[in-house]
Amino acid sequence: MTEGKKIGSVMIVGGGVAGIQAALDLADSGFYVYLIEKTGAIGGTMVQLDKTFPTNDCSMCIIAPKLVECGRHLNIHLLTLCEVTEITGVAGDFAVTLRQSPRYVDMNKCIACGICTDVCPKKIDNDHDSGIGKRRAIYLRYPQAVPLKYQIDPAACIGLQRPGTCGFCEKVCDAGAINFADVEKIHRINVGAVILAPGFEVFDPKPSGMWGYGTNANIITSLQLERYLSTSGPTEGHLKRPLDGKPVRKMAFLQCVGSRDENLCGNGYCSSVCCMSAIKEAVLAKDHVPGLQTSIFYMDMRTHGKGFDQYLEQARSEAGVRFVRCRMGGVETDGESGDLRLRYVNENGRQIEEFFDLVVLAVGLQTPKHVLGLAHVADIKLTADNFAATSDFAPVKTSREGIFTCGAIAGPKDIPQSVVEGSAAAAAVAELLAPARNELTVLPKFPEERDISGEEVRIGIFICHCGTNIAGVVDVKVLAEYVMTLPDVVHVDRKLFSCSQDSQESIIQLIHEHRLNRIVIAACTPRTHEPLFRETLKVAGLNECLLEMANIRNHNAWVHGNNPTGATNKAKDLVRMAVAKVTFGQSSQAIAVPVFQKGLVIGGGVAGMTAALNLAQQGFEVHLVERTDTLGGNALNIKYTWGGEHVRTQVAKLIDKVIWNDRIVIHKESIVTGVAGFIGNFHSTITSKNGETKVIEHGAGIVAIGGEAAVPSEYSYGSITGVVTSVQFDKLHELKEKHVKLAKRFVFIQCVGSREEGHMYCSKVCCTHSVQSAITLKKENPDRNVYILYRDMRTYGQRESLYKEARKLGIIFINYELHGKPRVTGRGAEIEVEVWDHVLHQPLLIAAYMVILAVAIRPRQDAEKIGTLYKVPVDGHGFFHEAHGKLRPVDFSTEGMFVAGLAHYPKPVEESVAQALAASARAATILAQPEVKLDTIKAIVDDEFCDGCALCIDVCPYHAITLFEQAAVDGEAPKKLVRVNVAQCKGCGICQGTCPKRGIYVVGFTMKQVVAQLQAALAG
Amino acid sequence: MAFEPKIIAFCCNWCSYAAADLAGTARMQYPESVRIIRMMCSGMVHPQLVVEALNMGADAVMILGCRLGECHYQDGNHKALARSDMIVELLDDLGYERDRFSLHWLSSAEPHVFVSAMTETAERVRRLSALQLPDGGES
Repeated sequence: MTEGKKIGSVMIVGGGVAGIQAALDLADSGFYVYLIEKTGAIGGTMVQLDKTFPTNDCSMCIIAPKLVECGRHLNIHLLTLCEVTEITGVAGDFAVTLRQSPRYVDMNKCIACGICTDVCPKKIDNDHDSGIGKRRAIYLRYPQAVPLKYQIDPAACIGLQRPGTCGFCEKVCDAGAINFADVEKIHRINVGAVILAPGFEVFDPKPSGMWGYGTNANIITSLQLERYLSTSGPTEGHLKRPLDGKPVRKMAFLQCVGSRDENLCGNGYCSSVCCMSAIKEAVLAKDHVPGLQTSIFYMDMRTHGKGFDQYLEQARSEAGVRFVRCRMGGVETDGESGDLRLRYVNENGRQIEEFFDLVVLAVGLQTPKHVLGLAHVADIKLTADNFAATSDFAPVKTSREGIFTCGAIAGPKDIPQSVVEGSAAAAAVAELLAPARNELTVLPKFPEERDISGEEVRIGIFICHCGTNIAGVVDVKVLAEYVMTLPDVVHVDRKLFSCSQDSQESIIQLIHEHRLNRIVIAACTPRTHEPLFRETLKVAGLNECLLEMANIRNHNAWVHGNNPTGATNKAKDLVRMAVAKVTFGQSSQAIAVPVFQKGLVIGGGVAGMTAALNLAQQGFEVHLVERTDTLGGNALNIKYTWGGEHVRTQVAKLIDKVIWNDRIVIHKESIVTGVAGFIGNFHSTITSKNGETKVIEHGAGIVAIGGEAAVPSEYSYGSITGVVTSVQFDKLHELKEKHVKLAKRFVFIQCVGSREEGHMYCSKVCCTHSVQSAITLKKENPDRNVYILYRDMRTYGQRESLYKEARKLGIIFINYELHGKPRVTGRGAEIEVEVWDHVLHQPLLIAAYMVILAVAIRPRQDAEKIGTLYKVPVDGHGFFHEAHGKLRPVDFSTEGMFVAGLAHYPKPVEESVAQALAASARAATILAQPEVKLDTIKAIVDDEFCDGCALCIDVCPYHAITLFEQAAVDGEAPKKLVRVNVAQCKGCGICQGTCPKRGIYVVGFTMKQVVAQLQAALAG
Repeated sequence: MAFEPKIIAFCCNWCSYAAADLAGTARMQYPESVRIIRMMCSGMVHPQLVVEALNMGADAVMILGCRLGECHYQDGNHKALARSDMIVELLDDLGYERDRFSLHWLSSAEPHVFVSAMTETAERVRRLSALQLPDGGES
């Protein structure tokens, strides 16, 4: 590690999901973040997607909370419309120069009312809709944009192109936010480290006119289809033929457009994500158009991620998506009809023609030109495929020290892997800058809270005009006069913009002046603005829970714009409801739980050791628990990573570092046998081989217990000596065993124990591994015949280069289907392998000397036990189940616990390392704090009403409620009651909805409050 | 003035409440008869609240939660669904028509689902109430 100056701030270049994750993790663990975004709003590509695989979650809905969190984080400084022009200095002490383009809209004034867009006369293609919709010259990138501020596209704006003309937006903007005189700015910022997360662009098939793209509007890209399918897209989710608006009945997906193809597009690598996104789109399009037929034309179906193969099978069997393995010949327009004729050669070698209404090109991912420029500015090395060059054992470190990457800049990848890398990059930065932690970050400071318990209720109401958004519909004057008559209301005020800085100051002053102790803000939605007003209350010395918002904009003025009288009456009701509710509001403190600033890592393989080492180098004490007497885990059986790095050398280095690190306590031959506590406060009991037990206190835990190789029960394994598993083969090969040395014909059989009934998942590493072994065999002796019998060759990402090399070397690849598995029989010293030949339509017999079975990776048997101890779930296959497959890939739903490595799902070394670093970064967000603050919305037991029936215990999703017996008091009999563990409670209130006795309630949503709301709602 | 029903909609903070916000952003229009009560989860809505709302004069009560399988709290919406049978039976016993209570599942990105649920419910309730009020629906 570099010595010398360490600046406690980081610059993250790129505000997509990877950059956002890195920013949040770093800002939450004591580092100040500059988040640089090239466009006008963060969100990246994910905000363009309709749904995400394999959960079909709405993409926008799951990313939006992260966007908002980034937008208002005290320690994240967002800089939009910025590009990096220079990075000087060294790791720990960089100076970054940024060029910021003018927005022409004052961010401090714009309230995003959207009136400017309504009057803007200029319409141009909307890049957010991938060019299929239109937007104005003054626009928001997307409705939920962060920052929620308009921007002017200078190339399209009439007023900027011809000064003195147009200017309609300026005239209608009540806030006075339009600034045509805005200019470019240069920023120079000192940071300790830089993370590059600029993302990717999709391959543009237009210049090459690939598959007829550009000649017929009924040929679209997969990204355009996302926009057609999105309800917030240009067609509001209605899928019709772009050319003529006719219904779509038959739709084809063409895979590998801009991927795995050096001739037509120059990208030899596999883009990794297009198979899954095509399947998802094919399934979801069927929801949009009843009776729609969807076909996917592909070479290999690469659904290697967690839950992907199951998704594929469901798409095939339940949704009825058709999969056609073929070689595409051409796409032509059929006369005047606009229909498309596909010519292809199917797997039986037949030439086929078929007609479709719509053709979707599954466009690949590539590094855009401006990112190549950024790589040049940052002075980092690239791979042959133009991705950032990284080591498999340090997958987020670039060639320049102190500069890290995450997301698609380091190879095409999906959202979870990008999120993992975002966190991993945060971990790597935190390791580098550990001495400067908390040096530049700020903590919010508030005055002492006023005790209002003895005060009578004094309600203050602030009615927001929101420019004309509310006041243009609702008669705010009448509303203000009316609400003044409500009980306990002592002050009513109207604000042009209640969210503006000066309004906050005025509200604070009025709270003091009128000694207000309950506040109602009648404005927009609490979902975006409640945190702001809660802060304001805190600054005024009031408890943040004494606030209620009446949503008279989104739920009223905006949706009843054509009925001002009705809207005004409804506004009265909404404010009356808020007043009724806040009257019963009570102060509540966010509970702070002290944190044991120590980590526990279970499992001493590569993932476990990487996580432990990172945490230790970040400055935390770590306990590493290993079941066996050796560190290293499964990696000890692997020779090379796909990139050719020698695994054992790297693992030996890692073991050395772990052993010699003072902050790591290693517990070998030990297992976890008992767990108590919760986030920040775990007590884990570990038991050693000789029965000794120790209790370890830790604030966070990482489960990295690994996986194991399946034992084959087919292909005559065990009865024919020449049939071996890939792990056994590697060992024999290394020992130069005579059968391996002398053998002339080798057959690799893929998917042994993977992708079949009961084990419907891909083991992810075996295709690459077999191809690597085959290449080695062939290179040692070109006279050898090497066969690989496969179902789908899954050399995803840049691994595709290995597949290409193997074919070039003359390794023979033969495809087989699940229903026609190869047959292996012994014949003296030789082994006969029989496999169906699709082209010749007859069985092919191979006399092999050795058959190598690519065996599946299985979860460990003890996974379930660990799961029960920490209350973390395992999935149907026995792998650990993360909190959210997309955006929380290393978190467990049990707070404070994280997962990494094979225990989560089969994966290659570099992905295990990235995930381990990610788990470490996530754990550090807890360990870096002396205490964890929990949300105020918590369930509280009312001992008077609770009769200990325990119904709430069963329904609590977080096992936060327990039953206990209260000792006899004052001669009364002992009583059964429940108790809520506030640290585990998330405030969902399912207990409250279940309780027959009103014995449990959630702060801010008590039955009393809701009933008061009901009464108020129905009183008018 | 024509009869304007009052509908109570218990909206989950994570889906339907957000969808209602988006309906506003998109300026979609729907009848102003609905009064939204924000809850943290559809599973938070106690059956008693539904009954009380109707007893207090609500013309209909709606519970709007996340799509099944997408609950922010694992399975709160399933709990709401499980309780709904009991609510319907309870309303039967109390003499309320089944049409006065409904459950809806939607994601936060489906403002159109929210709007059509509001519009349809308002329509349905208007018809129901018209049946009961022979004077033409004055209330």
